[in-house]
Amino acid sequence: MIEARSLTKKYGDKVAVDDLSFTVQPGTVTGFLGPNGAGKSTTMRMMLGLDHPTRGAALINGKPYTHATSPMREVGALLDAKDIHGGRTARAHLKSLAQSNGLPLRRVDDVLELTGMTEVANKRIKGFSLGMSQRIGIAAAMLGDPQILMFDEPVNGLDPEGILWIRNFMQSLAARGRTVFVSSHLMSEMALTASHLIVIGRGRLLADTSTQDFINQNSASGVRVRTPQVETLLDALTKAGIKAQQIDGFIQIDGSTTDAIGDLAAANKVTIHELFTQRSSLEEAFMEMTRDSVEYHATVGADTSVGPNGSMGNMGGEL
Amino acid sequence: MTATTAAAPPATQFNDRHTHTTLWHVIKSEWTKFWSVRSTLWTLLILFIATVGLSTLIAWGESSNLSKMDPTDRAQLDVTNNAMAGLAFGQLAIAVLGALVLTSEYSTGGIKATLTAVPNRLRVLLSKAIVFGVVALVVGIITAFAAFYVSMIFWTGHHLEAHVGDPGVLRAILGGGLYVLASGMFGFALGALIRHTAGAITAVVALLFVVPPLTNLLPGKWGDDITNYFTSNAGQHITEVVKIPGHMSPWVGYLTITIWWVVPLLFGAWMMKKRDA
Repeated sequence: MIEARSLTKKYGDKVAVDDLSFTVQPGTVTGFLGPNGAGKSTTMRMMLGLDHPTRGAALINGKPYTHATSPMREVGALLDAKDIHGGRTARAHLKSLAQSNGLPLRRVDDVLELTGMTEVANKRIKGFSLGMSQRIGIAAAMLGDPQILMFDEPVNGLDPEGILWIRNFMQSLAARGRTVFVSSHLMSEMALTASHLIVIGRGRLLADTSTQDFINQNSASGVRVRTPQVETLLDALTKAGIKAQQIDGFIQIDGSTTDAIGDLAAANKVTIHELFTQRSSLEEAFMEMTRDSVEYHATVGADTSVGPNGSMGNMGGEL
Repeated sequence: MTATTAAAPPATQFNDRHTHTTLWHVIKSEWTKFWSVRSTLWTLLILFIATVGLSTLIAWGESSNLSKMDPTDRAQLDVTNNAMAGLAFGQLAIAVLGALVLTSEYSTGGIKATLTAVPNRLRVLLSKAIVFGVVALVVGIITAFAAFYVSMIFWTGHHLEAHVGDPGVLRAILGGGLYVLASGMFGFALGALIRHTAGAITAVVALLFVVPPLTNLLPGKWGDDITNYFTSNAGQHITEVVKIPGHMSPWVGYLTITIWWVVPLLFGAWMMKKRDA
């Protein structure tokens, strides 16, 4: 279990993490979601004792991580996959880490196999692609077969195969009762991976909820209709006590279903050219929630179709 | 890289689930790290070759010019100390290696993995210091003996060679190894303090090699004091066999250069504990 208690980090006057309190439970993948610069990495670094909190505390199994007697058996972490000495072979890197905690050296072979890196074990890390570096980082995190795993933006820069691999990997760990804490700035990715979400913006806690609840609350759905008999249908809807509005040549009806609207149209002999359910995407909901807390707004394309990360346009339809 | 489906974590049985991480574990880990980068072996080779090479040149040159040497110089001729003169170059190699032990972890970001595996930072620093210090001392002693024996080849013809059994000679040769330890640890300490490779290397080369001769320009008694107690100026007395009036004793000199690295190391340790990684 990971606990943040009023965790606060200031750099001079700038508050990076602002009074964060939450708990990460075992047996689930917990997504740690926020725009770039929200304080996710800083929070994780404080949990690992790399940064000192200005106020508050981060506890791993009830005590600060720096008090762990066998650290790698308690926590495995992957922060930045490129934070590694490229001059070493993958095997030497893993061996040195295993030795530091008195772990049996056969674990090195175990985790190399686990991450599919056995073939390149004796190659120097500087020649590795980002995806391979990520796997080495994950291999290192798994050396102590820890109860708690922390991954900071693990899918960044990975190809679809790598993303799928990491997603399945994290879920299989959670299924085995591990605590899996994974950060991301992509809502769509977290919706697929995490069953619990902790959302932060500008270092502040915005939501601490199950992913399902988050989706239910934030993805308002509606029905859209295209018809040549707009006035007739609008009258019928008003008579039925259903609120509707006209958008982009469609009639939009919130909180209804295609069945109900189709039946209503048939009963009123209205011709329908198009009828479909319209969901606002989770990505939009996430952007809405963090809008005020995004550090660097894009100045170009300020309309809502481009998010602060610039990469969300293609994600919208997925949810 | 072919595993596309969910990799099942292997069922793992640790024989001993409650092994506590000890200093010895971390020392073994740092030993592996130290030897698994290529720069280590290269730098140690440079230390050896530069030291023995320069000492050989000096012994060859001095022994060839013996007839032209004035009597005062000849009375003060210290062939053992001359055999250690190559350390003026060798010290730079070991100091750079010492600085890299810590700065390479900070510059690559590897320090995060290190401190995540071993959150006890002073234990990491101590382990690195022990591994590097032992290697520096052992390689330093081997280098000093090699420089000594190669140099003596040139003096034997003049019947001026020193022997390990002569008074002070063994101390001077081992002192050469100790000097390598001190200059290496000076680089290590500045690395711990400065954390940036270029900055630490510049600082240690300046303080060991560039500035010491320049201190002679300082005027007066206090200028002489600074000169005498400045890093390598003080430390090099450990390789002297022939006593020269006015020179500080070998061990006072060695204590002085030891203080030169211990103080920044203690400060670096305090900073390492206090700062964010």
